[in-house]
Amino acid sequence: MAAPPIPSFATDQSRARESSRQRGVQSIGDRLYGGWITASALVIPALLLLVAVVIAISAWPAVQSLGWRLLTDTTWDVPHARFGLLPALLGTLASSVLALTLATPLAFGAAIFVSELAPPRLRRPVALLIDGLAAIPSVVYGLWALVVLVPWLRRDVMPFVRDTLALGNVPLFAGPAYGPSLLAAALVLTIMILPFIAAVAREVLQAVPRSQREAALALGATRWEMIRDAVLPNARAGLVGAMILGLGRALGETMAVTMVIGNAHLLPTSLFQPAYTIASLLANQFAEASGPLHVSALMAAAGVLLAVTIVVNGFARWLVRRTEQQR
Amino acid sequence: MSREPAVTARPTPAVLARVDVAPDAIHTAAPTLRIHQLTASYGERVAVRDVSLECAPGRVTAIIGPSGCGKSSLLRCVNRLHESVVDARVSGAVHLDGRDVYAHDVDPVEIRRRIGFVSQRPTPFPMMSIRDNVVAGLRAATPRLDARALDACVERTLRRVGLWDEVARRLDDDPASLSGGQQQRLCLARALAPEPRLLLLDEPTASLDPLSTQRVEELVYTLRGDVTVLIVTHNLQQAARVSDTTAFMLDGELIEAARTRALFTTPADARTEAYITGRFG
Repeated sequence: MAAPPIPSFATDQSRARESSRQRGVQSIGDRLYGGWITASALVIPALLLLVAVVIAISAWPAVQSLGWRLLTDTTWDVPHARFGLLPALLGTLASSVLALTLATPLAFGAAIFVSELAPPRLRRPVALLIDGLAAIPSVVYGLWALVVLVPWLRRDVMPFVRDTLALGNVPLFAGPAYGPSLLAAALVLTIMILPFIAAVAREVLQAVPRSQREAALALGATRWEMIRDAVLPNARAGLVGAMILGLGRALGETMAVTMVIGNAHLLPTSLFQPAYTIASLLANQFAEASGPLHVSALMAAAGVLLAVTIVVNGFARWLVRRTEQQR
Repeated sequence: MSREPAVTARPTPAVLARVDVAPDAIHTAAPTLRIHQLTASYGERVAVRDVSLECAPGRVTAIIGPSGCGKSSLLRCVNRLHESVVDARVSGAVHLDGRDVYAHDVDPVEIRRRIGFVSQRPTPFPMMSIRDNVVAGLRAATPRLDARALDACVERTLRRVGLWDEVARRLDDDPASLSGGQQQRLCLARALAPEPRLLLLDEPTASLDPLSTQRVEELVYTLRGDVTVLIVTHNLQQAARVSDTTAFMLDGELIEAARTRALFTTPADARTEAYITGRFG
């Protein structure tokens, strides 16, 4: 019986060695690449954590000396060391939720028009215009609001509501008609988040499969029935996501709001009264903060804003996941 | 042309769904479908080229042919679904009992309400219960129906497609909880609920398992006489099993249409023979 061919065995071994060397070369590249990717992925949460830690450390003196009064006190009086964030916190929520309420129907309408109803030739120009709105810097919106929107509110809208409609006694419209107001801030925010919501909603609607639309059409649905029964239900989770993106942007928007909200530490009970948001508070006072407690209180305000946006985002994710599970 | 006896190779289903016909539907008979010199295109690409085909009332006509030969496009021209695509164009005529569905005074929505359509993949509406899915088309066609009539229709239609026993206890569930085969039968039920006299099936069993496929074929069999059926299929055996007439398409053109048995046994065109013997496609 012939012995097994030893030379070939040796070649196998050397081949194995060679291939393992090759693998070694590859794995260095792989490891570098993998390490780089992992590092970049870790940088983002690390940055967020770092920001949160810095804010927490800086805010600690204020939290220690003021405690819950930071959140419950309605007075912001720097000389008397009273730093109540409640008006600004509620002002932030009120202006953002109001803007979301006004922007959503318009944005969804625009998205449905572009994705479903517009003649093909009009689709791209309209979509480009909407996207273009999103690219305008926020200070430009602020200037426009200051020069056009606020005078219009003061001259026409506020007197009309108060006198012509005789709604001056309704708390929602109470107060003198200055112009800069919660309403002005909500309106400028509406215009600013409109393109964001519309752009995301358009993508979501266009992602609905053709087969679903055709199923509705084949059953004899009109175009509107098709949108209602086939397109919107399929897009529901994504539409909620679009709204939350808009809300997140409204919560953090600083410049334009600061220019038109009036910056008064008042609880946002009337649309016509000036109010405050946390972002505006920080923008206005941080540079000229007097004394360590003032700085610390502003840091606490920043922490509250961060927490609010994180909670809103978490809630949005939960909502989207829940609607997806229902499907 | 000599009259051939009706094709005898029929499935003998163990349980044939009982064919219940809604009272008001009895009066309308299955229509004759006459496609006349139909050409359909998407932009520059011509999908269907000058096709003329006649489907006898109450009979099943199968369209076979390789992928991309235009058979689905032809089907989608019959209920004017083709024109919902951007850049799509159609010329020619589709006569339904002598009336051209492409005539100027015809509303495509109205046409689609009278024609049942089932697509390749199941497309139940999400966020709508199984019950509401069944009557979705019926509601569009006849808006004012009381709850009892709707419930009766749901049960009758689901029994026809053999789905009633499987879903009777969960009519309010989301259709996503059903299997693919069940979803496709649900879509069949949705198409049948308004009692259409013409049913278009676009590869209805392409994504189904053998058992569900058999159920669908049995259903098509039971519809004969009451409903004119036009079915697009990749599956030659299926065409042979369910259809009375078979049409073979290639590159957008109708090569041959004949009695199913004649087409499969003695095709007139060499290309038909090449296709059905598996030499291409």
